[in-house]
Amino acid sequence: MRRAGAGLLAVWLSGASAPAAAVLTIEVTKSVEAAISIAVVPFRLEGVSAATANLPAAVIGDDLGGSGKFQLVPRGDFLSRPHDLQSVNFKDWRLLKAEVLVVGRVIRTDDDRFEVRFQLIDVFREKQLAGQRFVGPAPRLRKVAHQISDLIYQALTGKRGAFDTRIAYVTVQGAAPKERFLLQVADADGYGARTILESPQPILSPAWSPDGRQLAYVSFEKNRSEVYIQELRSGERELVAGHDGINGAPAWSPDGRQLALTLSKDGNPDIYIYQLADRSLRRLTRHPAIDTEPAWSPDGGTIAFTSGRSVTPQIYRVAATGGAPQRVTFHGKYNAGANYSHDGKSIALITNQGNGYRVALYSAKDRTVNELTRTHQDESPTFAPNGEMIMYATQSGGAHVLAAVSPDGRVRQVIKFQNGSVREPAWSPFNQL
Amino acid sequence: MRKLTYLIVFLAGLAVAGCGGRKAAVDESNIEVEVVEGVAGAGEDASTTGLGDDPGTDAQNLGQSASASSGDGDDSDLLNQRVVYFAYDSSLLSTEAEAVVEAHARYLQSAPDVQIILEGHADERGTREYNLALAEDRTQSVANLMQALGVGAERIQTISYGEERPVALGHDESAWSLNRRVEFLY
Repeated sequence: MRRAGAGLLAVWLSGASAPAAAVLTIEVTKSVEAAISIAVVPFRLEGVSAATANLPAAVIGDDLGGSGKFQLVPRGDFLSRPHDLQSVNFKDWRLLKAEVLVVGRVIRTDDDRFEVRFQLIDVFREKQLAGQRFVGPAPRLRKVAHQISDLIYQALTGKRGAFDTRIAYVTVQGAAPKERFLLQVADADGYGARTILESPQPILSPAWSPDGRQLAYVSFEKNRSEVYIQELRSGERELVAGHDGINGAPAWSPDGRQLALTLSKDGNPDIYIYQLADRSLRRLTRHPAIDTEPAWSPDGGTIAFTSGRSVTPQIYRVAATGGAPQRVTFHGKYNAGANYSHDGKSIALITNQGNGYRVALYSAKDRTVNELTRTHQDESPTFAPNGEMIMYATQSGGAHVLAAVSPDGRVRQVIKFQNGSVREPAWSPFNQL
Repeated sequence: MRKLTYLIVFLAGLAVAGCGGRKAAVDESNIEVEVVEGVAGAGEDASTTGLGDDPGTDAQNLGQSASASSGDGDDSDLLNQRVVYFAYDSSLLSTEAEAVVEAHARYLQSAPDVQIILEGHADERGTREYNLALAEDRTQSVANLMQALGVGAERIQTISYGEERPVALGHDESAWSLNRRVEFLY
């Protein structure tokens, strides 16, 4: 592997978290009716500043509240502030109709090391549902809070939480012709952003390797599209496609051994499969119309893609080993940007059925395409690794922002970054560095 | 470098506006509005019909251009146009665009040492990767016509920027119609 060239900045991703440069707000525009009423009590501080001690409860509250599956009991209503099961006066919480309670402590054990303890308590049964103790360096406190959110989510919904995951996305700073394009990696809630590539030319389509250690992406740094794979930890990277014409739309196979790509080196845009082990290239589709945006099914057997072969762009699918493609969508005049759900039963995509470009969900069982958003110019839908939310890029008041929607369309969030415009989100897998 | 490109494009845009080529873009937008408004049958038919009509129009046009060319040999108005525009989700050349491409092809044949870069662009609607492919197809439409007219493939370089480099920053048809383009860079 080769180091990033001059004029570009491939940045080291270390364990320590940088201060949040891009602060976000999450707005739940619609909540689930059967939301669980939860009270997150500020953690008791032992030898730490108030700002630090308030962090875990604030992060946990944002995580759970933002999911739409929980209704937060307002902090101002609290009648008492217990920090463990023994100190809970259950009558106080029944009065507030809290079904579950999160309590805990942050204890400074060393100069910059902390111990965090939490307990999730069932108010009606008066017993602990989950509890754990974490020890770590101070900068890891946000990560620990997300891990606690994951444990709570799992205990109360039966599904693995995805709060302790990351997103990759592209931030554009400045105005043309002096824009700067930054490929960034942040926590799933937008905090702790780190730049892993900076370029005066556009960057597109970041895609996480299944082990979460590498990102494939498209960079125009040499004044044309090329596909690179960059290792996050070291910043080292490799050019995997720099053919004549376009090189785009990288998509990792679920086993991490292959990369589906769009190339036009043989005439017009078609889908190719790149074998990482021997760098060989196999052509998957062959059609004079546009074929692009490959997406692997979770079992690795099928590739969905966007094709213009039926006049308007529609989703097709083909066996990953090759064969005759079959048309998947017959709804409206535009369906593109497919992304499989983790159970393979549905596909998130961008549709236009007369209401502008919106995130929609194709159901393989019903063969329906249901719009999930009310926004316009939606792009790049990407599933959380637990399948519980779909993040996407959209425009709000002329600004490029990231937003998220639940697969049933009932929970919607807008994530507002303070610096620059953001686009091209890709949600990481569960596996962490 | 970038600034210069923008200036050229801007001037080219003015030139197009001055000689009726801009009208073509407006006409395209009318066709497109029909499609967007959901007159699906009409829109798709119009598009399909356009495909069928093209060769005829093309031949006629070539004839006209050839006679004009043999008459006074002056392609300067067409050569001053260094950008051609496209309809929504289309890489088909309009009659006006074909005339511009043909003039540049004649110029390239008269100047065998000159190379050309065709830079393809799309408007912001739809997904970025599809637009990257669409803009590539647009450069191929121009390149194919140039090659059919005798310009060697080795003299033509195509670059697709998709929707990443708009010249008009608005979010309406007046901006989109200017962004769906192929620029000719010598």
